[in-house]
Amino acid sequence: MWAEFIRRAIMQGIPLLFGSTGEIVTEKSGNLNLGIPGVMYVGGIGGVIGAFLYEQNATTLNPFLAVFIPFMCAVICSLIMGLIYCFLTVSLRANQNVTGLALTTFGVGIGNFFGGSLVKLAGSDVPSINLTATSSYFRASLPFADDLGWFGQIFLSHSFLAYLAIAIALLASFMLTKTRVGLNLRAVGENPATADAAGIRVELYKYVATCIGSVIAGLGGLYYVMDYANGVWSNDGFGDRGWLAIALVIFAMWRPRLSILGSILFGGLYIVHNYIPNLDVSGQELFKMLPYVVTIFFLVMTSIGNKRNAQPPASLGLPYFREER
Amino acid sequence: MADTEHKVKEPLFHIAKRSSIVWWKAWLIRLGAILLALIVSGLVSFLLTKENPLRIYAVMIDGAFGTKRRLWSLGQNIAMLLCVSVAVAPAFKMKFWNIGAEGQVLAGGLASAACMILLGDSLPNPVLLLIMIVASIGAGALWGVIPAIFKARWNTNETLFTLMMNYIAIQLVSFFVYKFSVPKGSGQVGIINRTSHAGWLPVYFDMEYLLNIVVVLMITFVVYVYLNQTKHGYEISVVGESENTARYVGISVKKVIIRTMLVSGAICGMAGLLLVAGTDHTISRDTASGRGFTAIMVAWMAKFNPFFMILTSFLIVFLEKGATEISTEFGLNESFSEIITGIILFFIIGCEFFIQYSVKFRKKEVA
Amino acid sequence: MQAQKSEVPAIRLEGITKQFGSVIANDHVDLSVKHGQILAILGENGSGKTTLMNMIAGIYFPDHGRIFVDGEEVVIRSPKDAFKYGIGMIHQHFKLVDVFTAAENIMLGLEEKGKFSIKQCEKRVKEISEQYGFELDPSKKIYEMSVSEKQTVEIIKVLYRNANILILDEPTAVLAPQETEKLFNVLRKMRDDGKAIIIITHKLHEVLSLSDQVTVLCKGKYAGTVDTDKTNESQLTEMMVGKKVTLSIDRSEPKNCTPRLKVDNLNYSLKDGTQILKNISFTVNSGEILGIAGVAGSGQRELLECIAGLRKSEGEILYFDPKSEETIDLHSKKPLEIREMGVRLSFVPEDRLGMGLVGNMDIIDNILLRDYRNGKLVFLDKSDSKELAEQIIKDLEVVTPNASTPVRLLSGGNVQKVLVGREIAASPTVLMAAYPVRGLDINSSYTIYNLLNKQKENGSAVVFVGEDLDVLMALSDRILVMCAGAVSGVVDARTATKEEIGLMMIRNKHQKGNN
Repeated sequence: MWAEFIRRAIMQGIPLLFGSTGEIVTEKSGNLNLGIPGVMYVGGIGGVIGAFLYEQNATTLNPFLAVFIPFMCAVICSLIMGLIYCFLTVSLRANQNVTGLALTTFGVGIGNFFGGSLVKLAGSDVPSINLTATSSYFRASLPFADDLGWFGQIFLSHSFLAYLAIAIALLASFMLTKTRVGLNLRAVGENPATADAAGIRVELYKYVATCIGSVIAGLGGLYYVMDYANGVWSNDGFGDRGWLAIALVIFAMWRPRLSILGSILFGGLYIVHNYIPNLDVSGQELFKMLPYVVTIFFLVMTSIGNKRNAQPPASLGLPYFREER
Repeated sequence: MADTEHKVKEPLFHIAKRSSIVWWKAWLIRLGAILLALIVSGLVSFLLTKENPLRIYAVMIDGAFGTKRRLWSLGQNIAMLLCVSVAVAPAFKMKFWNIGAEGQVLAGGLASAACMILLGDSLPNPVLLLIMIVASIGAGALWGVIPAIFKARWNTNETLFTLMMNYIAIQLVSFFVYKFSVPKGSGQVGIINRTSHAGWLPVYFDMEYLLNIVVVLMITFVVYVYLNQTKHGYEISVVGESENTARYVGISVKKVIIRTMLVSGAICGMAGLLLVAGTDHTISRDTASGRGFTAIMVAWMAKFNPFFMILTSFLIVFLEKGATEISTEFGLNESFSEIITGIILFFIIGCEFFIQYSVKFRKKEVA
Repeated sequence: MQAQKSEVPAIRLEGITKQFGSVIANDHVDLSVKHGQILAILGENGSGKTTLMNMIAGIYFPDHGRIFVDGEEVVIRSPKDAFKYGIGMIHQHFKLVDVFTAAENIMLGLEEKGKFSIKQCEKRVKEISEQYGFELDPSKKIYEMSVSEKQTVEIIKVLYRNANILILDEPTAVLAPQETEKLFNVLRKMRDDGKAIIIITHKLHEVLSLSDQVTVLCKGKYAGTVDTDKTNESQLTEMMVGKKVTLSIDRSEPKNCTPRLKVDNLNYSLKDGTQILKNISFTVNSGEILGIAGVAGSGQRELLECIAGLRKSEGEILYFDPKSEETIDLHSKKPLEIREMGVRLSFVPEDRLGMGLVGNMDIIDNILLRDYRNGKLVFLDKSDSKELAEQIIKDLEVVTPNASTPVRLLSGGNVQKVLVGREIAASPTVLMAAYPVRGLDINSSYTIYNLLNKQKENGSAVVFVGEDLDVLMALSDRILVMCAGAVSGVVDARTATKEEIGLMMIRNKHQKGNN
């Protein structure tokens, strides 16, 4: 039971981990991308479209292509979302909050629209999108995981995307703290004028960080449909996980490594109501509040404590225009 | 890298902040952006439906204005979006990024639904309505003021705080929806007081949404006056423009932040009341249906002027209705409207750049 | 790299000219430094020292003139170019990322080959520190550092990039005397190591104790270069302040002088403990103008803001009410409380558009700032402000399309007329003005002088913080001279000499004791 709970918590946490790692990389460049929920929808539906078209057009599925095509579709679609955001906020210096919200509206719309209309648009005769075949390739896990009891269940039973999420988070953490690029990126988010004076190309860093962040977040959407939902797309099924990912960034204090633990914790909080005995449905709904309450608690504590290493990047949300300084 | 510095690259163009722009030029740019956006959305619709683009626009117009029923529904939807937009305007004018309108609306809606359910049988209707108004305004204000207090006292990031408050409100609503659900355990409240109509807003002249629209127009007017003709509104502008100046003339920034969020939340609560008691007569976690977020964009596009918001909320609702009609007409998913809305928003957001900055192409310098 | 005391200057400027709009910041300035030499650049505020240095550091590009590094003519277009020629500048306002460690700041933007290693960097920082005698923990975060430590980071940042020519812009302005001595020792070591050092300052005793040569600028013009051991304080002061310019400001004799505002033992410190104001005591009388002189950043701004209730200070600020003859303590009162007690205190702050006015609001709404509380009930009453706005536009000849033009669109002089006009309209008993003519053309400046004089004749106590000594001496009745947050003396503006005031500005009593 405990092992199962932890396994489920990890599965719930992986999309959040993708989302929050992506948002951390983005925010480190000073961009507050509230469009992440939309980006994650688009990443998910991108994968669905790729998989659907491949399943429809291929007679037999090649395992590599069945994974590779949806993966690349998800990457490209979320990259486009990142580019839209960057073009508006970095090049056109638009308000980041408004742009982010519009991006979320747009992205959720894209996800639900294609989720609902893909079958008709593709002129296919299947009743609904059901990608269990593709999903089974995505979900492939280590064959001996089941033989290792709780250890296997918790640590080895996951699919490659889950391990990729953790690898990306570790890589992002390494990049931010241990490389020249990471140092420059953090400087851009903290104090773009200083970074500019030091010869760092502020706009380029913002673009690249935000687009990479979008791609990472988009993979969260892909994981959700292909792994968690067994390849069945349901509209609004992804729910508010995108916002939760943004909340997780605060909880993790802008550190990708902490967000690995945080995402599993949030995943656990998200489903803990299922594991509490004698809880009626309404009580479950109250329990679902937990991740948000915990986030607010952390937000307030860090602002009261005013601890310097738990603060958002200093220029977060502000556009940079050199000639204004 | 250092070597490339020898060949000094003259950038192709140079961006400079405009000191001012003639008002009609600004509006021309905005109008151009909207037209461009409509063309692009038409193109997208065409690609998806392979229909004659002109017919697509015709369908949109028909979807919005086609029948009396649609007209009323259009008016009602504009009114509700307008109400939330007007509610968020004071906070944004103060540069307080309140993205928690969704939660504040839900809090207000929940309060009025609770009153209808719990007190519906025991109180005369006018008294009940009065209690509902007080309760929903109070609940909205409470939801708005909590982040404001933390912002004023500890400078807690309000964007993230209000965002989280949305989901707490949503879960709270879900909780009560199960508590109140009819029949028990169905997870739906259903139409409250279906027969007695206790707590329903009265219907005048047989026109169901008339009261809502009138109330919202009144709120719009009042907020306009509040922002432009009162001392409070003036203080909001000063705090939003420069906290240093506010301190210099003796305005308490903390007090203004808290008071303004009380007002903002209260109006959101009122919107919740109109939605629950005047429109849906039920409550669910979708009662606000994203208006809290859309309203931010509506208010921002209108430069926080309540009267301009009538126009911008009309634009958004028209697109929603029109795009929904396209999707039913051509058998597409109704989320089509969100895509179209997104496209329009991108264009409007983007065009502000050309109003605030001028792009000068560099002439070849004579060496 | 051993001391290469060759005769070719490390850096030489020839006829450098830079113009901003109609203001000539540098007018044909020459300068040269050899390796193993410290050159001090001396000049009053606004004499163009920083502008000149910014052109060497690649921040500005000169309009005319030539720059030579080690005898070869160079073009410096960006800070990167400057680094390439071995030029490093330590700005007065540090360009550091607060949440980074010293080492991280030093490595920022570097394009070194090889592995990225903070450890390696820390090792080199330690080496540099040992070589020159710095004390710096490279893994300490900037926000945990004192000002002098931050400055050390900036210096090491430059040395790390192998700079041979160092420019320091008023490095001692933020340092305590002991810290200054330490810095000077480091600079001397660097000189002996063959580096060329340029230090901007306006503290004479520092110039004399540190430099080998002094170049003096006066109002943007080159006033000459002298060897330090062949000069003295009075010669330098004379070169720095220039000849006395007579201004045609009508100054009346003060009438009915009674104490109006008395500041007693005022102390003010920032949150981080830096003491800004030290035991300030003075009295302002009705019917006189008290000028406040001092180099920029000596605490003038903070002093006025403490009196106006915008900062929390310690000490007494007593106001003697002319009507009721009551004595009111303004200390620790907020601006609104001061007004509600019936004290008619007007304040023209230094930061016009950031504090005195709201740039995006129109003239009427800005006039309204002072009196918006007068409206009936909750509503604003703009009619008085409208009238007053029209009157100010007419009386002070404000150039504007109309009264509903946002003030940010007005020129500097017109912005100031609106601000001063509003503050004077309240018929103040105390009027404080901080740098009210900064950046204004001659005509607007005279309008402001006349307005201040008129207030004095009406019996107000006027406090005027200025930077141009000629103006201060022509306008004020008495001049209070500040130096490093303390009062170094009060002189009679009619009899004092420019040199006398100049010396008080750069050397207060305490420092006299030290030397």
